[in-house]
Amino acid sequence: MSFYFAQFLTGLSSASSLFLVACGLSLIFGVSRVVNFAHGSFYMLGAYVAYWLVQFVPGSILGFWGSVLAAALIVALVGTVVEILILKRIYNAPELYQLVATFGVVLLMQDAILFIFGGDDQFGPRAPGLDSVVRIFGEPIPEYDLLLIALGPIVLGGLWLLLNRTRWGVLVRAATLDREMVASLGVNQSWLFTSVFFLGSFLAGLGGALQVPKVSINLLMDLSIIAEAFVVVVIGGMGSIPGAFIAALLIGELNAFGVLVLPQATIVLAFVVMAVVLVLRPYGLLGKPETLAHAAGQVELPIRPASNLAKAVAGLLLAGLVVMPFLAGEFAIVLATDVLIFALFAASLHFIMGNGGMVSFGHAAYFGLGAYGAAFFIKYAGGSMELALVAAPVMAAAGAILFGWFCVRLSGVYMAMLTLAAAQIVWSMAFQWQDLTGGDDGLLGIWPSEWARSKTAYYFLALVLCGGGILAMRRMIFSPFGYTLRGGRDNPNRTESIGINLRRHQWAAFVVAGMFAGIAGGVYVFSKGSIFPDEAAIPRSVDALVMVLLGGVQTLSGPVVGAGVFRLLEDEISRLDYWRAILGAIIIAIVVIAPEGIAGFIKKLAMKAGFERNEEQGS
Amino acid sequence: MKILRYMAGCVLAAGVALTAIAAQAAEPIRIGEINSYSRLPAFLDPYKKGWQLALEEVNAAGGIKGRPLEFVDRDDGGKPGNAVTIAEEMVSKEKVTLLAGTFLSHIGLAVTDFAKQNKVFFLAAEPLADAIVWKSGNRYTFRLRPSTTMQAAMLAKEAAKTGAKKWATVAPNYAYGKEAVAAFKKELTKLVPDAQFIEEQWPTVFKIDAGPVVRAVEAAKPDGIFNVTFGGDLAQFVREGNLRGTFENRTVVSLLSGEPEYLEPLKGEAPKGWIVTGYPQGAVETPEHKAFFDAYMKKWGEAPKLGSIVGYNVVASLAALLNKADAYDAETLVNTMKGLEVMSPSGKFVFRAQDHQSTMGTWVGKTDVKDGAGVMVDWFYADGADYQPSDEEVKSMRPAE
Repeated sequence: MSFYFAQFLTGLSSASSLFLVACGLSLIFGVSRVVNFAHGSFYMLGAYVAYWLVQFVPGSILGFWGSVLAAALIVALVGTVVEILILKRIYNAPELYQLVATFGVVLLMQDAILFIFGGDDQFGPRAPGLDSVVRIFGEPIPEYDLLLIALGPIVLGGLWLLLNRTRWGVLVRAATLDREMVASLGVNQSWLFTSVFFLGSFLAGLGGALQVPKVSINLLMDLSIIAEAFVVVVIGGMGSIPGAFIAALLIGELNAFGVLVLPQATIVLAFVVMAVVLVLRPYGLLGKPETLAHAAGQVELPIRPASNLAKAVAGLLLAGLVVMPFLAGEFAIVLATDVLIFALFAASLHFIMGNGGMVSFGHAAYFGLGAYGAAFFIKYAGGSMELALVAAPVMAAAGAILFGWFCVRLSGVYMAMLTLAAAQIVWSMAFQWQDLTGGDDGLLGIWPSEWARSKTAYYFLALVLCGGGILAMRRMIFSPFGYTLRGGRDNPNRTESIGINLRRHQWAAFVVAGMFAGIAGGVYVFSKGSIFPDEAAIPRSVDALVMVLLGGVQTLSGPVVGAGVFRLLEDEISRLDYWRAILGAIIIAIVVIAPEGIAGFIKKLAMKAGFERNEEQGS
Repeated sequence: MKILRYMAGCVLAAGVALTAIAAQAAEPIRIGEINSYSRLPAFLDPYKKGWQLALEEVNAAGGIKGRPLEFVDRDDGGKPGNAVTIAEEMVSKEKVTLLAGTFLSHIGLAVTDFAKQNKVFFLAAEPLADAIVWKSGNRYTFRLRPSTTMQAAMLAKEAAKTGAKKWATVAPNYAYGKEAVAAFKKELTKLVPDAQFIEEQWPTVFKIDAGPVVRAVEAAKPDGIFNVTFGGDLAQFVREGNLRGTFENRTVVSLLSGEPEYLEPLKGEAPKGWIVTGYPQGAVETPEHKAFFDAYMKKWGEAPKLGSIVGYNVVASLAALLNKADAYDAETLVNTMKGLEVMSPSGKFVFRAQDHQSTMGTWVGKTDVKDGAGVMVDWFYADGADYQPSDEEVKSMRPAE
C-alpha cells in the first residue's frame, strides 16, 4: 500500500512539472490563437539559463531560487522580443502561419543554445536544502518532489487570482472569448497580446528552470516536452488553465502507474488518452467550443482555373522537369526525385487544409503507412515494386478511413490534435511492433525493380506518379466535390442546410489526401531503399505543414513551390555549420515578408503588375 | 570565442592543405563522411576532433602513397532518409572513394543497405546494432566499434562473478535497448544457468520518467540491475536511484556508462561501484595511447572522449586499408579490408573476415568518484576478439554473400 502511495506522489510531482509548462502554452493559445511551437524552446532556454546562473551561487538556497526566477524572467523577455519582432507582424495572416514562424524560432533557438552553452549534456546540482528524501509510510520521497507537488497548485491559484481578480485578467478572459469585441471596445489588443506572451514565456522558463535539479539538460529537451505539453493542453481544453491542471494530473498518474502494469506502453499512453478524450469530449475536459471569429478569418478569393500565363509557366516547368535528367548530373536527379515526392506529400496535405479547411498535424501517418505498406508487400508477400506501389495508397487509405472517421467529427485545432494523436499511434506501432516493422532498425532492402533501378528511370517514375497525383488532386479541386469542400470550409452551416452531408464529404477528402500521401510514401521508400519509424513521426508532419504554409495555403501551386523551396534549402544549407539557425531565420523572414506564402506573394505581385486578373475584374 | 577558434582552425587547416597540395600536387583521396552532427553534438563533436587529429597526422606524414587524404563530411540532421540522399551525392557528385561514419543505429543500417545496393565500400564507425554485421550484414559494410552484443558479453562475464542471481533490467524502449537486454540475458544465462530476470523496465528513450521506474525496480527487490539507459535518461535514473537508495547493496551493471560522454555530466553524483564499459581516458598508459592522448590534448586543449578514439580509429583503419590496397575500387577495398590489421591508440585490432566486425575492444571497470568527478577504477582492456560468437553462429546469422 505504501508503495502505491509513493508512486502516487511521484506521479503528482511529474504532473506539477507538466502543468507548469502546459499552462503557459494554454494561456497563449487561449488569447492569441497562436499554436506556439517554440514553447518547448523557451522551456529549454529556461533550464540552460538557470543551470548557468546556479553555477555562480553554489549551495545557496537564496541563490538557487534567485537563479530560477531570473532565468524565468530572462526567458520571458526573450519571448516578448519574439512576439514583438515576429508574431506581431503576422497576426493578420491566415490561421496557423504563426505556427511556421514559431517553428523557425525553434530552429534558431536550438543553434543559439548550442552556440552559447555548448553541446554537452549538463547535469545541474540538486536544490540546496531539498537534496534528500523524507520517509512517508517508510517510503523514501525526494524533498524536491514534494516541493514540486506544492508548486503546481500554487501556480494554478496564482493564475486564477490574476485572471479573476485583476483588470488585466478580465481583459484576457474577454479576449479569450471574443477578440474582435474586445478590440472594438477600445482595448489595446497589441499590448494585451504582448503581456500574455510575456507571462506565457515566463511560465515556460520557470517550468524549465525548475527541472534543473531533476533532469539532465540537453538539446533534445525542447521537442520532447512540446508534444507532451500539447497533449495536456488539448486534454484539458485549449485555453483552460484548470483543465490543463486536471489533464496534467491524469497524464502524470497514468505514467506513474502505467510503468507498473504495461511498461512498454508508456510511449503512446498519453496520445491514446488524448484520442479517447477528444472522441468523447471534443473540446477537451474543460474546454468550450471554439468561438467563431466574426470576420470568419480571411475571405479567400474564389479559385479559378489557371490563367494563360500560369498555364504557360506550368507548361514550361513540366518541360523543364522532363528534359532535366538529360542535362543535369546524377545527384540533381536524386534531389529532384526527393522534391517530387515531397511536393505530392505537401499537395495532399494542402488538399484537406487549403481546400477543405481541415488542419492535420499528423499527415506523416499516411506517408508512413504508405511507405510501410509498400515495404510489407515486398518483405512479406514477396511482391514486385509495381504492386507494392499499389499497396502503398491502399494501406494509407485504410488508415485514413479509420482515423478520418473520428477526425472529421471535430474542427479547427481540436481536429488537428486528433490527427496528431492518430499519427503518434501509427508511429508507436511502427516503433514497437518489432516483429513486423523491425522497430527502430526499420526494414531494409526495398529497392526498385530492375527497369527502374537507374536514377533517371526512377525519376521519371516519380514524375509520373507524383506529378499525376498532383494534377489529379487539382482536377478534384475544380470538380463539384472540391466546391463542396470549400463550401464546408467557408460556411459549414449553409453547406449542410442545402442538403449536403458535409461530414461524409470531409471524410472522403481525408481519405483522398491520405491515399495520395501514401503514394508519396511508397515512392519515397523505393528511392531510399529502407524505411524507419521516423517517416511517421512528428518532425515529418511538421515538414509537410511548413512546406504548405511556406508555399501559401490559399494558392493551389503553394505546396509544390513550398516543397521545392524547403527541400532544396535544407539540402543546400545543411552543408554549413549552424545551418538550423540559418534555415530558421530564412523561414521566419519568408513568413514575415510574405505572410501569404511564396506562391501567394508571387501571385499578388503578378496581380499588381496586371498579369493576373484581380477580384474586381473577375467579378 | 568558439567561432574565433573555429575560424582559426579553418585558416590553419587551409594553410596545411595548401602546403600539402604545393608539396605533392597529387590528387587527394576523398572519403565521404556522414554523421548526425547537429542532432548529437555531445557525442559527435569529440568524434570529429578525433578524426581531424588523425587526418592531420596522416597527411603530415606524407598522406597515402603520396596522395593527401581528404574527408568530405556532411550532417544528416538525424534523418535516415537524408543520410541516404547524402550518400548518393557523395558517390555521384563528390566522387568519394568510400563512405564512412554514422552514429545512430538506424542511420547506420540505412547506409549499410545503400552500400550493398550500390556496391560502395562503407565503414560504419559508431552504430552499435548487431544487425549491421549480422542480420543485415553485407559484403560492402564493415563496422569499427564493438557491438551491443560484444559489450553486453563483456559485462555478463563480470556480472557472473558477483554471484547476483535475481536481476532487473532497465533499458530504453527501442531496438538498441531490446538487443542489449536480450544479449545480456543470453550471455549471463550461459555463465549462471540459474540466473532469474524478475523485472523489466522500458522507459521511452530520452523521455524517462525516472521516479516511477526506480520505484518499480526497487519493488521487485533484485540482487542485480542491468542498465542500458544513457545520456540524459541515465543522469535522471542515477539521481532518482541515489536519492532513494535503490543502488545500495545491489550489483549494478551498466552498458557504456563509463564513457566520459556519459560519466562526465554526472560529476560528483556519478554512481560508485557500477560495473561498466567505458574509457578511463588519461589513466591508460600504453605508449600508443599516451601518444594519442598527448597529441589530442595539445591540439584541442581537452581530454579525448570515447568518440575521439572511434574517430581517430576510423582514419587509422582507412589509412591502413588504403596503404595496403593496390587499387581503390570497392571489390579490391573489401578484399583488402578482410583480415586487415590496424595499429591504434586502443591497441591492435583486426577486421574479421567472417562478419566484417573489427576486434577493437573497450575498457571494462568499476565507476567511482574522485575529486567530484566520475572515474573508472579497477579497469582492464577487454579485447573484442575474446567476445565473438563462434564462426558457425556467425554463418547462421549473416546472409550469404
